[in-house]
Amino acid sequence: MLNFKTSLKKTALSIATGSLMLGMAMSAPATAKTFEPQQVTDMLHLVLESDRTIYTKKVVKRLANKHKVIKATENFEDDKSLPLPAQMFRFGSEAVADKTDKFSYSLLSLWPINKQNKPTTELEKKGLEYINANKGKNFYGEETLGGKKYFTAVYADVAVATPCVGCHNNHKDTPKKDFKMGDVMGGVVIRIPLK
Amino acid sequence: MSRNILFWLLWLTGTIAIGGYLTTTMFYNGDRSSLLIGKTTSGHHQIELSCNTCHGNGFTDGDTIQKACLSCHENELKVSKDSHPIKKFRDPRNAARLEQLNAMKCVTCHTEHKPELVSSMGMGVTIPKDYCFKCHADVGKDRPLTHKGLNFEGCASSGCHNYHDNRALYENFLEKHAKQPEMKLTQLIKNLNYEKLSEEYGGLKRGNPLNLTEANAPKEHINQELLDTWHDDAHAKNGVNCSSCHQPNKEKQAWIKKPGIAVCATCHKEENKSFLAGKHGMRLAPNMLQSKADPFGLFKEKKLSPMRPELARLPMKQSAHGTELTCNTCHSVGKNNHKFNIQKAKVQACISCHDDEHSKAYLTSPHHELWQKELKGELPKGSGVTCATCHMPRIAVEDEYENEVFIITHNQNDNLRPNEKMIRSVCSSCHGLQFSIDSLADPNLIKKNFHGRSAFKIESIDWVLKRSSKPEENK
Repeated sequence: MLNFKTSLKKTALSIATGSLMLGMAMSAPATAKTFEPQQVTDMLHLVLESDRTIYTKKVVKRLANKHKVIKATENFEDDKSLPLPAQMFRFGSEAVADKTDKFSYSLLSLWPINKQNKPTTELEKKGLEYINANKGKNFYGEETLGGKKYFTAVYADVAVATPCVGCHNNHKDTPKKDFKMGDVMGGVVIRIPLK
Repeated sequence: MSRNILFWLLWLTGTIAIGGYLTTTMFYNGDRSSLLIGKTTSGHHQIELSCNTCHGNGFTDGDTIQKACLSCHENELKVSKDSHPIKKFRDPRNAARLEQLNAMKCVTCHTEHKPELVSSMGMGVTIPKDYCFKCHADVGKDRPLTHKGLNFEGCASSGCHNYHDNRALYENFLEKHAKQPEMKLTQLIKNLNYEKLSEEYGGLKRGNPLNLTEANAPKEHINQELLDTWHDDAHAKNGVNCSSCHQPNKEKQAWIKKPGIAVCATCHKEENKSFLAGKHGMRLAPNMLQSKADPFGLFKEKKLSPMRPELARLPMKQSAHGTELTCNTCHSVGKNNHKFNIQKAKVQACISCHDDEHSKAYLTSPHHELWQKELKGELPKGSGVTCATCHMPRIAVEDEYENEVFIITHNQNDNLRPNEKMIRSVCSSCHGLQFSIDSLADPNLIKKNFHGRSAFKIESIDWVLKRSSKPEENK
């Protein structure tokens, strides 16, 4: 219980720090230091990736895989189980989208279980292919969607815990069954509208 | 004055008079039925003359209409675990999709005043038939075993998918409940003890029972029948005194002789909210206006009158015409007493107005037989199936703090359309999933009030089982 609380606290702290940094970046007056879109997406990604890793390791892997006290399933409300890490990520992104259009993010893959999470724009496809071929590197670009110009950053989403690999390799809808630990499984796409 | 000038003057006066009349009618008061641009859907026809409710001041943009939709339907969508909530489409990566089908706006699919677009799917609103195609065109390729070559017009009309509410249709649910028998071993309605389930979050505040001498009404308002019926009924038994309803605010209020719906709502909050969202009470919702106050004081704000059976599109009994629908219409028994018989509101009140085939067939249906047995004590409480069991089920809703509260919903439309919404809240108390899906898919069986068997077999469960038994073929 103590461990869980600590991890919650850590998560809360990292979210708070991230929000603060983002707030500074977004509301900086003209005279103060301004941040380039890339710096902002890098900072955002740091928060997103840390929270995502902590949830996967300290909550899902520990409780579902190690201690087997609860499962993590897609229909977590009916199953009275934990939301899947990908769902946690999406819920956050949808909650953000309900509050602001100053930035948006999503988790996509070239091999998604849910087909709606495959790339839909040219740049997404290019970005996902790039981060897959160039391990450790991020992808940055600009694209126009719905008449608006966006700065788009794509970051590798790597298999950091056994449940990531286990679940994706065994799911009946997965198009790829040979993921290994450390593999790039998909990418986090962050967008900031320009102007 | 030349004839020309006279004609011009007449034309000008006429134009101003007609223009003024139409403008006044449109914005403030008058017979607006001539302004309707097409038959309103059965979901909205009761409130069609309260134009401002949806259109704002008359020159509003799509956002105002969208807000109007959500002001009545947002909670319903939340409770139904909407599969396609607007928030899913906010991400700019959906821009190309939204150009095809703007899923951010309700009116993209649910067009009003265009009866020619109302599909045959038995819905109260218009819905296009093949909208799934816009985003799910690849489903045949992704699921060759089950979806290859399927017609997109069938997605939402064959008992398989809904756009919003898939609580009883999603794949894992179908798989989990695939092998259920037609009749379950225990057949009792769900959430029978709904009041207890909600106690954790406050529920109704219940006080100590009051005795006859504690009644606090002034003498001139009291007589023995009123006192006795109050004392024997739920209100006195739960500490609700005379003044609680007749003078809730002693400092500022005179004695209210006939407390209205607003007084009931002070305690029965969620029931009231759901009543105002359904067809019995929607005309009484706070924003439904028959006329609006104007800046010069010519017109006063006037609310729509309560619903009356003769205003309905469903067949209603002649004898019920003129009855105004408020809480007491269904809940009070007789005049000048304080009996609030909840049994009356389960069947008797309904059939005193409703005169359609389904309602009439209820009285000879197997469900009614169970209800009679329950009343006689031959079956345990919760075994009978009344009109209210199916149309006003005990369900969980969320209060303003997103706490789950169990109530008897008074929105009798909520689980009707699409009717698969009824599976979890009602049918599954007693019946297996396949049996429920099939039964709800047969309009004739519904007319006969489920006397007999469905003529249809919906294949969704078979397909799910086929897919899960041969996972290798799914890619």
